[in-house]
Amino acid sequence: MRQVCVVGVGFSQWGEVWRRSLRGLFVDAAMNAIKNAGVDHLDSLYVGCMASGPFVSQEHLGALMADYLGMKGLPAMRVESACASGGMAFRQAFIEVAGGFSDIVMASGVEKMTDCSGDDATAALAMAADQEYEVFNGATFPGLYALMAHAHMARYGTTRQMLSAIAVKNHKNGAKNPVAQYPFEITIEGVEKSVMIADPLHILDCSPITDGAAAVIVTTEEIARKLGKPYIKVLGSGLATDTIQLAHRADLTTIKASTLAAERALKMAGKTIRDVQFAEVHDCFTIAELVILESIGVYKPGQAGPAILAGETALEGKFPVNSSGGLKSKGHPVGATGIAQIAEVYKQLTGQAEKGRQIPGSPKIGMTQNMGGSGASSVVHIMEVA
Amino acid sequence: MTMFSSRNWREYPQRYRLEASKFKKSGKTYFPPRAVDPETGDTAQEMVKLPDTGKIVTYTVIRTAPSQWTEIAPYALAIAELTDGTRLMAQVVDCDVNAVKIGMEIRIEFRRIQSESDHGVLSYGYKFVPKWY
Repeated sequence: MRQVCVVGVGFSQWGEVWRRSLRGLFVDAAMNAIKNAGVDHLDSLYVGCMASGPFVSQEHLGALMADYLGMKGLPAMRVESACASGGMAFRQAFIEVAGGFSDIVMASGVEKMTDCSGDDATAALAMAADQEYEVFNGATFPGLYALMAHAHMARYGTTRQMLSAIAVKNHKNGAKNPVAQYPFEITIEGVEKSVMIADPLHILDCSPITDGAAAVIVTTEEIARKLGKPYIKVLGSGLATDTIQLAHRADLTTIKASTLAAERALKMAGKTIRDVQFAEVHDCFTIAELVILESIGVYKPGQAGPAILAGETALEGKFPVNSSGGLKSKGHPVGATGIAQIAEVYKQLTGQAEKGRQIPGSPKIGMTQNMGGSGASSVVHIMEVA
Repeated sequence: MTMFSSRNWREYPQRYRLEASKFKKSGKTYFPPRAVDPETGDTAQEMVKLPDTGKIVTYTVIRTAPSQWTEIAPYALAIAELTDGTRLMAQVVDCDVNAVKIGMEIRIEFRRIQSESDHGVLSYGYKFVPKWY
């Protein structure tokens, strides 16, 4: 297996981007990544996208995106695993370079979510759950995470304030991120006074609907070195699945797919979770960030909440989480999220995070955790400074 | 989303009659039925009907609902564990949504789930009601 590196990253504008289409968002991010890495060609392309069909009636994204990037003929395909599509696309690029099939691969993600009504967007996102046994009975995504939140509160005494603190912390980080859809700070009181969506989750516990794309260039260490640009090494990649239905999981207070994915990625990296110094995790809802930090072993069950309240996951804390602002503040164009997480770890490890949001102490090892649906799929990557 | 009647009809044994699969080797029951026992890989099974009582293991109240459900919002949604240990998700009805709690005893009843516009297909299935009801 060859050493795989990330050598450049690019974003489109994120938010409610009326001026850009699905393909326009992708091309913006892809061209920025190519320029950032300084590569003169690609050997192949992966496009992570959850639901371009329901959102904008467009499928067949491999061909479409290669064509509009001016690279018709390029091997290109789409990867889908609900909200984990981006992380999975990155994993495919990693495998292709590690296995020696290609030398320079673009892993990208894109979602165009505001060309349809809020109702249609909600319905599209719900396709990540079990249509016949969850959605049919009235489940929504906030509803599924709310079910986990109540279970966690009942078992461990997790409080409303702990959840609010996650949203506040992520907005504080996102306020300094130029990509962020909602780059402003919020307060604990503000979260708790915001509209109730699904008890106990308010609107400010939920990640927003976002248009956006992100892309990274994945290559060998030899090429990365030759390019002369800052690069990072990918040490491990782990992927796991779980039951599609929440009701079929014996323990509703943990997300086992992320536990397994983290174990697999750490094993490949030859590291333990104690070696990891910061993480980008999938905070589609505040409770998700809390449950994930316990599921991947950063904290013992029931201990993430108190640690978050104590500021341990803040930018200057012991284990900074979501320095980018997370899905909460940065936005959540579902297919792009997993790639944006990789791009954030790249920026942090190469010291290129924007002013005021660089993690202090020059961390050497970071991780990403991206997941689909209510955690039925999860993908984890471990990266190290070169 | 348009609910074609064939799609709904395929689920009748579960939605109308709570039919589940019980695997011979492990004795485990799965709802809805599946071809392979996830624990043993066994395929030998028999059809059983789920018990119709159990307890709520977790719940939420959907207060901001998609248009399909605004008519009934706020509504309670729960996962219940039935007396045989199987778990399923359904709405909790016939009580104040604020009265729904973890540990609450429920019974399963046959109810209308969705109506697809004024002229569309009506879908029926199961909901939880408080056991005392």
